Amino acid sequence: MNTLLQVRDLEVEFRTYAGIVRAVRKVSFDLKAGEVLAIVGESGCGKSVTAQSIMRLIPTPPGRITGGSILFDNEEILAKTESQMQKIRGNAISVIFQDSMTSLNPVLNVRTQITEILRLHKNVSQPQANARAIELLSLVGIPEPKTRMKAYPHELSGGMRQRVMIAMALACDPQLLIADEPTTALDVTIQAQIIEVLKNIRQELNTAIILITHDLGVVAGLADRVMVMYAGNLVEQGTVDEVLCEPLHPYTWGLLRSLPRLNMGPEDKLKPIWGQPPDLLLPLDRCPFLPRCEHAMGICAQDRPPAFNGQDSHSVNCWLQHPLAPRTRRPQEVG
Amino acid sequence: MNNTIVEVTNLKKFFPLGGGLFKTPELVRAVDDISFTMEAGKTLGLVGESGCGKTTVGRTVIGLYKPTAGKILFEGTDVFTAGKAKKTQTRRQMQMIFQDPYASLNPRMTVGDIVGEPIDIHHLAKGKKEHQERVQYLLNLVGLNPDHINRYPHEFSGGQRQRVGIARALAVEPKFIVCDEPISAVDVSIQAQIVNTLEQLQEDLHLTFLFIAHDLSMVKYISHRVAVMYLGKIVEINLSAELYAHPVHPYTKALLSAVPIADPPLERKRKRILLEGDVPSPINPPPGCCFHTRCNRAIPICKEEIPEMQDLGNGHLVACHNYQ
Repeated sequence: MNTLLQVRDLEVEFRTYAGIVRAVRKVSFDLKAGEVLAIVGESGCGKSVTAQSIMRLIPTPPGRITGGSILFDNEEILAKTESQMQKIRGNAISVIFQDSMTSLNPVLNVRTQITEILRLHKNVSQPQANARAIELLSLVGIPEPKTRMKAYPHELSGGMRQRVMIAMALACDPQLLIADEPTTALDVTIQAQIIEVLKNIRQELNTAIILITHDLGVVAGLADRVMVMYAGNLVEQGTVDEVLCEPLHPYTWGLLRSLPRLNMGPEDKLKPIWGQPPDLLLPLDRCPFLPRCEHAMGICAQDRPPAFNGQDSHSVNCWLQHPLAPRTRRPQEVG
Repeated sequence: MNNTIVEVTNLKKFFPLGGGLFKTPELVRAVDDISFTMEAGKTLGLVGESGCGKTTVGRTVIGLYKPTAGKILFEGTDVFTAGKAKKTQTRRQMQMIFQDPYASLNPRMTVGDIVGEPIDIHHLAKGKKEHQERVQYLLNLVGLNPDHINRYPHEFSGGQRQRVGIARALAVEPKFIVCDEPISAVDVSIQAQIVNTLEQLQEDLHLTFLFIAHDLSMVKYISHRVAVMYLGKIVEINLSAELYAHPVHPYTKALLSAVPIADPPLERKRKRILLEGDVPSPINPPPGCCFHTRCNRAIPICKEEIPEMQDLGNGHLVACHNYQ
């Protein structure tokens, strides 16, 4: 499979009154065509900012992409002008946001909102656009798409609105779909429906998806590959099985141990990660997880860990993987 | 059971909606005829989708809302008909921890004042020194630094603020605490810290929790018994481990199967029961069993008759005509 997106050493910072917040710190990753990549991490770890940089949606000022490169389909995104970007947004790359109520225009009906994109990017007539919109609505599983075309966002439930958002995002057959917390605001049963929709899209249209979430369960069901981010840094990446079943970074260990699972026994206890996530004003010259890490060594305070390659595609930014580091086993997990 | 601390019978809470001078308002049937009991020192989990009435149950039980019908007994005292002195005393025993640690703390009050206010109201400390000692003891109890007594809420992180909320609830030595989604606004790695603190406090102070959440795996972890709500009604109650291992109500089954598990091989093997459509409106709930519109086991009687709660033994209750 060919590489659709190549991100190298991406750095994003925001100027605030408190100082410069380095939200994304030298993040590199690849995405192949038709692949689902999940970016996971806690709030403020830079996962959304990374995705927004790909669309060049970082508000400037205060934000700024200060370094790195983003190659999409072998073209440098960061070198494009704003009008060139507008041709890409919604067309080759599209996005689904978390909150469908604020992302949809409340005074326009579903038909207008979907056909607007088609009319803008594709050379189609209004009747053609209407027909395509109905097709899209049934693709995302909206019953009676013809009548729903006339509905306004407030007339739809949260799950339905999220489906409309997905239909809009898919209108121009994008090569890349960025789903920023697509199910976070939804109930579990509705979440399961939306995950099913995303799975179908992926099978039928072979769209590459970047899935941003903090729910590792959603990741397990949908993604091929996972990136774990912590405080603006990429800490671990690999296939879902590698990262969720045999994680190598102490943060990923901690994250998995602090999550309750439905298949846990009654005696199993959760082991939280001690401490707080770090301040993003902090300098870059050390491991970001150092203050909370049980396995910290001297070198962790002196230098930023590089990416160590494990088996196959699994890579970990942790000094424990250095050949001279003591062999550290993953602590016993719950469940 | 003489170990029962809270007994709720046939509780109903309807909210009027809209209306006007010459119209009868429509009613939102937020909680529609539910009954349950709570054992002292144990946790009852309350799960369900948003809008199913779980928060309304919590708020009505501790007396923030006046019920439309039904009775709530706390240690045998009716919370709503008791005399004023008795009421004050009863209310002191019941406290609440709120969902949003940003909105539930007054930004202009120091942590010491926030935690100390209930102590003043109920005259639980004599003199300034005892008051301050008590506040510091409480902060220490929930895992905060007692020296931070003069700090303001904005100086704390979300997890720490939630701890301030817990300390405030504990200030009046309650027996029963309603935890309304106490962890849904904090980060994943902090959630486990808060939950473990709650468990420790329960053990040390013999507290009873009504734990309301939509995160089913967390509810399973902390609760002894779990009640599943759908559209203002309890559809199934069972011991936590039993409910998750052998759900019998079709809604419970669907709800549990929808929860994603962070284990890729297991997740790929699982079969999902996908519910069609959305939750019906609580203004006009469907006749008969409120779940029949989305149920895969619905039979004709479900459309006509509201299913009674059936006792399957060992405290396992289910409201379904055609359970498995």
